[in-house]
Amino acid sequence: MKFGTNLMLGGALFAMVIIAGIFAPWLAHTDPVMAADLMYAEEPPGSAFWFGTDAQGRDIYSRVLYGARISLTVGIVSQLINTVIGVCLGLSAGYWGGWWDDFVNGLTNLMLAVPSLIFALAIMAILNPGLTSLLIALGLTNWSFTCRIARASALSLKSQGYVQAAKVLGYGDLRIMLTQLLPNMLGPIIVIGTLGMGGAVLAEATLSFLGLGIRPPFPSWGSMLSDAREQITTAPWISIFPGLAIFVTVLGLNLLGDGLRDILDPHSRSRRA
Amino acid sequence: MSEAPNALLKLEDLAVHFPVGGGLLGGPRGVVHAVDGIDLELKHGECLGLVGESGCGKSTLALSILGLQAPTRGRVLLDGKAVDGAAGDRMARARTVQMVFQDPFSSLNPRQTVRRTLETPLRLHGVKAKSEVEDRIAEILGHVGLRPEHAERYPHEFSGGQRQRIGIARALILKPKIILLDEPVSALDVSIRAQIINLLLELKETLGLSYLMISHDLGVVEHMSDRVAVMYLGRIVETGDWKSIFTNPRHPYTKALIAAIPDPFGRAQGAKIFGEIPNPLDPPTGCGFHPRCPEARDICRRPPIPDLEDLGQGHSVRCRRVRELAA
Amino acid sequence: MTTKPLLEVEHLRIDLAIGDARFAAVQDVSFTIMRGETLGLVGESGCGKSITALSLIGLLRPPLNLSGGAVRFDGQEIQNLPADEMRKLRGNRIAMIFQEPMTALNPLSTVGRQIAEMFVLHKGKSWAEAERLAIEALVSVRVPAPERRVKDYPHQLSGGMRQRVMIAIALACDPDLLLADEPTTALDVTVQAEILDLIKDLCAARGTAVLMISHDLGLIANMCQRVGVMYAGRIVEERAAEEIFQAPRHPYTNGLIASLPLLGARARHGRQRLKEIAGVVPPVAAFPQGCRFHPRCYAASETCRAVDPVETHLPQGGFVRCHHHV
Repeated sequence: MKFGTNLMLGGALFAMVIIAGIFAPWLAHTDPVMAADLMYAEEPPGSAFWFGTDAQGRDIYSRVLYGARISLTVGIVSQLINTVIGVCLGLSAGYWGGWWDDFVNGLTNLMLAVPSLIFALAIMAILNPGLTSLLIALGLTNWSFTCRIARASALSLKSQGYVQAAKVLGYGDLRIMLTQLLPNMLGPIIVIGTLGMGGAVLAEATLSFLGLGIRPPFPSWGSMLSDAREQITTAPWISIFPGLAIFVTVLGLNLLGDGLRDILDPHSRSRRA
Repeated sequence: MSEAPNALLKLEDLAVHFPVGGGLLGGPRGVVHAVDGIDLELKHGECLGLVGESGCGKSTLALSILGLQAPTRGRVLLDGKAVDGAAGDRMARARTVQMVFQDPFSSLNPRQTVRRTLETPLRLHGVKAKSEVEDRIAEILGHVGLRPEHAERYPHEFSGGQRQRIGIARALILKPKIILLDEPVSALDVSIRAQIINLLLELKETLGLSYLMISHDLGVVEHMSDRVAVMYLGRIVETGDWKSIFTNPRHPYTKALIAAIPDPFGRAQGAKIFGEIPNPLDPPTGCGFHPRCPEARDICRRPPIPDLEDLGQGHSVRCRRVRELAA
Repeated sequence: MTTKPLLEVEHLRIDLAIGDARFAAVQDVSFTIMRGETLGLVGESGCGKSITALSLIGLLRPPLNLSGGAVRFDGQEIQNLPADEMRKLRGNRIAMIFQEPMTALNPLSTVGRQIAEMFVLHKGKSWAEAERLAIEALVSVRVPAPERRVKDYPHQLSGGMRQRVMIAIALACDPDLLLADEPTTALDVTVQAEILDLIKDLCAARGTAVLMISHDLGLIANMCQRVGVMYAGRIVEERAAEEIFQAPRHPYTNGLIASLPLLGARARHGRQRLKEIAGVVPPVAAFPQGCRFHPRCYAASETCRAVDPVETHLPQGGFVRCHHHV
């Protein structure tokens, strides 16, 4: 019962954000960048401007919709990169063991010891700000949890009879990892990936807020918040709505992750007869 | 033992030693002699029962026969040819030796249908024509008493006994000559065991298989085996045909094993033994069994380790006092 | 015997909840144990033998619950006892040992302290006195060098030693009844034999009654005076141990005994094909109508499919639950 609600609510919130991003050109009232009109600067929310306007008179509703595209791209793509890196390293380390495992473990510990945002900040400082750099920075710095999970799963799965049987039947190592281990560890990895996506959305907002992410005038929720700093008392709607968008997306992803965990957790599945 | 040239599987002085412990600095703290000089032969069409308690090295022995554990010393000969862990003969070994696992639940990949489980090894070993793959799968399912439509199902749709049948089908799909049976029925429900035991014995006849069966269930071993080898602390302490082992055991350990089985009819039983298997890092001097042996004398405590002594008719015992302790 | 039984279980029912549905995992199970008597419950996984034992001392947890019947211990109904009353009974007058002693012992406490705790908790002894008694308890379960062993933690002991410690804890307060749930399944055969002898000797010497649970028919018949055979949540046959193996009455018991490759059988009679019991053990949610064994029974008739058999009491004692018992 409970896992149903988490999954449904999380899924609904996340689906809402996806729809907003995909259909932004049709749902938006104005162009998010060009439609600046100082005549209508800092209008409060109303029937013409649902979420109000910013200091340049741009429609915040339209900018939030377009901002979803950036947040989703960053969240999904960077987390995919993280998952691929984490699974490759963790799975091979757990399965092979030995010096490779020691090396991967050391690398993981290093990543965990330094806050990933600091790492991302450093990478962003070297690269030019922009979407590609953001994807690289966030995609290279958040794989340690996935790696840990993949390694632990590989360690426990490799002693299972079916993995032994595959070895005895002459399967190569790569085939064993891809067909015997990977499918059986996907559950927790999907959960971590979903939760990590929420983290990536937040990290994007933070970096953009600090001016190291998406550069104005392109609308990202983080850069919108950054721009709104000075009007936070006079025109709070300029910061409230991008903030709400971040909140809804991250909440949706976390609920989705929890819901998936409940479904994919072997303990909650039907007990063996 | 007679030197039969056509032994299907032959182990020559096989030993597997593991270094144990060792901190960040310095070498290992000790060496466990998990398997320590095993000579064994499996003849064509025979079932050899390998008996011993946990820690006696029987699982390590199985792993080295399968090529999953490199021996420290000695050789494994399959069909007269020595094999090692090289990638080349891994495939040939797979077509000669296969294994049936103890736990029918963890030995099948929960994400693969029966068909995938059986089809992948066939393709890997060069059976690629669709019709031939189909025929082989249907044939093998028939052999183990499953229906063709079972191929489309996932392991969780089967009961424990049926899962073990799938495990047997997987072991047979490459048409190997030797099957290692690792406690093939001990994880099954009691009322299902007879089905699997009967199936294994039938398959042995119809397909001309040879079994090396690891088990601690002496009832099953007596029922299925032609010859029996008893292991203790990495060595064979007694070997012979099933009848001499079960009706005329000569090693005190074999006698104790048989006496330890609770007899439902409450008949008189032999002497039981006390204590547990010694720490393999610090094995006893002389005969490894002397700390628990009711017959131990000073001579048993002195090194070296006693030899396996041939008593005739293939019955060998590793005990210094075997002649004194006439049956 | 005409004295009052120590434990009387009547029409015990245990429900398993799956979602909103409830299934009777154990139904209409009745048995008695006299003081000092050893009763065995034997059956396959899922037959309800372990949860029957747990239910006696109030240790069932959702999705399982005790939903019917009566449990009388020493004349007192205990199935609805409040938790604190049950705690006083548990460990003191009714003790339990489990299959895997590692999980039943506290890994962070020495074995000496865990035994001593029983004396402090139930007998009101001082810790100093209790620790002395703990050493005595280890002596009684034949642990070598007990003065040293009391300072050990569970992980420092072998499986057999841990089970000895469990027995020492269980018997610390001289309970009237010991529940032993597969106490030797995780052990090697030679160690199993020692542990079984230990339980047998100690309980005989102290007059402790035992409810022994196992899937091993041979072990149960060897250890117990009476044996109850369970199948799919029922006791299908309950007899004196020596009779049940010689002349089983229920087709399930009969089939089970015929299907076992008993040690020595091949030497005496040559290799006979084992008699198989067809089919599989049904899961709780799919217990069949009528007699629960009928889909696997060689003697099943129309009556068996429709009508649930009742207990037929036998003139020489015991009962069998079958329409066509031999």
